[in-house]
Amino acid sequence: MGLHGKSIMSTTLASDDFPSSPSATQSVRAMTQPLPVKKARSGPLVDLVFGWLAKGAALLTLAMLVAILGSLTISAWPAIDKYGLGFLTNTTWDPVKEEFGGLVMIYGTLATSFIALLIAVPVSFGIALFLTELSPAWLKRPLGTAIELLAAVPSIVYGMWGLLVFGPVLATYVQQPLQAAFAGVPYLGAFVSGPPVGIGILSAGIILAIMIIPFIAAVMRDVFEVTPALLKESAYGLGATTWEVVSKVVLPYTKAGVIGGIMLGLGRAIGETMAVTFVIGNFNQLDSVSLFQAANSITSALANEFAEAGEGLHQASLMYLGLVLFFITFVILSLSKLLLAQLRKNEGAKT
Amino acid sequence: MRIAFKLPLMSLAIASTLGFAGAVGAQEITGAGATFPAPIYSKWASDYHKATGVKVNYQSIGSGGGIKQIDSKTVDFGASDMPLTDEVLKSKGQMQFPTVMGGVVPVINVKGIEPGQLKLTGPLLADIFLGKVARWNDPAIKALNPTLALPDAAIAQVRRADGSGTTFIFTNYLSKVSAEWKSKVGESTAVNWPVGAGGKGNEGVAAFVARLPNSMGYVEYSYVKQNKMNYAIMQNAAGNFIKPEDDSFKAAAAGADWAKSFYQILTNQPGKDAWPISGATFILMHTKQDKPANATEVLKFFSWAYKNGDKIAADLDYVPMPKPVIAAIEKSWGEIKDNSGKPVAFK
Repeated sequence: MGLHGKSIMSTTLASDDFPSSPSATQSVRAMTQPLPVKKARSGPLVDLVFGWLAKGAALLTLAMLVAILGSLTISAWPAIDKYGLGFLTNTTWDPVKEEFGGLVMIYGTLATSFIALLIAVPVSFGIALFLTELSPAWLKRPLGTAIELLAAVPSIVYGMWGLLVFGPVLATYVQQPLQAAFAGVPYLGAFVSGPPVGIGILSAGIILAIMIIPFIAAVMRDVFEVTPALLKESAYGLGATTWEVVSKVVLPYTKAGVIGGIMLGLGRAIGETMAVTFVIGNFNQLDSVSLFQAANSITSALANEFAEAGEGLHQASLMYLGLVLFFITFVILSLSKLLLAQLRKNEGAKT
Repeated sequence: MRIAFKLPLMSLAIASTLGFAGAVGAQEITGAGATFPAPIYSKWASDYHKATGVKVNYQSIGSGGGIKQIDSKTVDFGASDMPLTDEVLKSKGQMQFPTVMGGVVPVINVKGIEPGQLKLTGPLLADIFLGKVARWNDPAIKALNPTLALPDAAIAQVRRADGSGTTFIFTNYLSKVSAEWKSKVGESTAVNWPVGAGGKGNEGVAAFVARLPNSMGYVEYSYVKQNKMNYAIMQNAAGNFIKPEDDSFKAAAAGADWAKSFYQILTNQPGKDAWPISGATFILMHTKQDKPANATEVLKFFSWAYKNGDKIAADLDYVPMPKPVIAAIEKSWGEIKDNSGKPVAFK
């Protein structure tokens, strides 16, 4: 690959130096006579430096990843040493008695991200589909730009909006009617219990969904657009409906990109801090399965407690939480790669 | 081409050298720590800079960070909302002194109850935040407030989500007045709250309380005053119901024995007008100074602030330290010495 790229580059350089058409040669020479020779001399050197820089950038990133992982592990060591893997299943978070467990935050992070994906994936799919297949041409550009603009809104704005506007709406028009409807119903009643304040797992999940929709939708739209028109037109020509074209032609053709987009959104949802901390309630107890129960997430706990955490176990436990988040992201990334590989294998089997 | 490239580089080098020289020439001291006094420290710093030309650079990174920075001597002074005990200070070779005071005030949002109408006692406040007293019309609240129309609704408790000096003062008070609180929750900048939703910062708690009907939270006094929040009055150690205001915080400070130690947590103070949930914020300095010139500048700055900063403090709703306490503080500065053991001058 690298060799190939180089050879292309040198051919273009050569053709620049010695243009084939004689009239062009003359006019170029007349203006800048010594240039072609100079260019030819600096070419390989520039290439070499460029190669080094590119390699350096890649290695630097790798080195930083390793360094971050290393320093996280070292700082978290007192907690790892004391709690081991029991940290992951312990729900107590008590800075006064120095007893720490991360399950509340891990649960909060996973639950909010799951809710966010549950909402964001179908909506983004709909947006992307509409933009590429159904939208009238004049609407495509403004709508696409509007969705991309959503991605530029700072997360703290989503947080404030969630706390001041969305939370009360959720509490009044969703939670309270649901609580009234399910009062006394086993399981379902517990699922919607909790103080009617509109903050908790569900509101955090919905805010996250709104935040990641532009990312997933933009990626999906871009990959849907690269599906060859030939394939789609052929399917339509055979009498396929729009849905059939999308599910049988577009999606199979673009699945790697679609999964990549979803993973991008999931990554953002898991790592989001500011918006979550406003609406999740920052409550370190796990005594209810309710969607409306205030909870906590890893990022929110880190953001809130780090500044004032005393040295020793408290800080080490926060670092341990950071390490867990690192690990969760890694697992999700690996799972998505596995999923893609699996899909490719099946593809081969079918044809 | 080459020359053209070199020229801006050279001028850049010259400019940076000049800039560096300029920074060394000017007097500059740095401090870091607590966020609660950050607004007053930065206002004092800017006024002091105008008056004397000395630049005070304060970074509000949190008390924990301030303690860490002064331990590693990367700053000239650290700031903490939580005083360190005399033993800890001694082992670290540091001393501390209070700068300004504030109070923590229970705030509520209940229809039909005006600011200052609801009466609370310390043990009742602890029971509410333990979740034991969970409804507004609980007999315990009714007994104290027989004339108020208390709603038949759950109390939505709101507290700080982030670690903070405000939480330390609040939980320290609850630990003093409730044995159950002390054993179950305890006191710290962050605790394992049994109930309630957490807001980020004083503004987060204030926003929650303002928005949630039938809620109760706690915030710094300045937030109560600036946002005209609905507050409760508290019974103090002497048995009187007290309004949160400058005078009641000062009364709390007056009751403490500052001459003995600056390790004073001003909660549940005995004075008859003392607001029970008061606290001061502290400056930390090394007693043995490697850079006595910087220590001199720090002490000069705070000496100036005690003399000239009262009005600024009042404008920003902080409570200045009482005069006798300031005298004790300036006397204590004699402990700060340079390498030869000579006290650092500040006058």
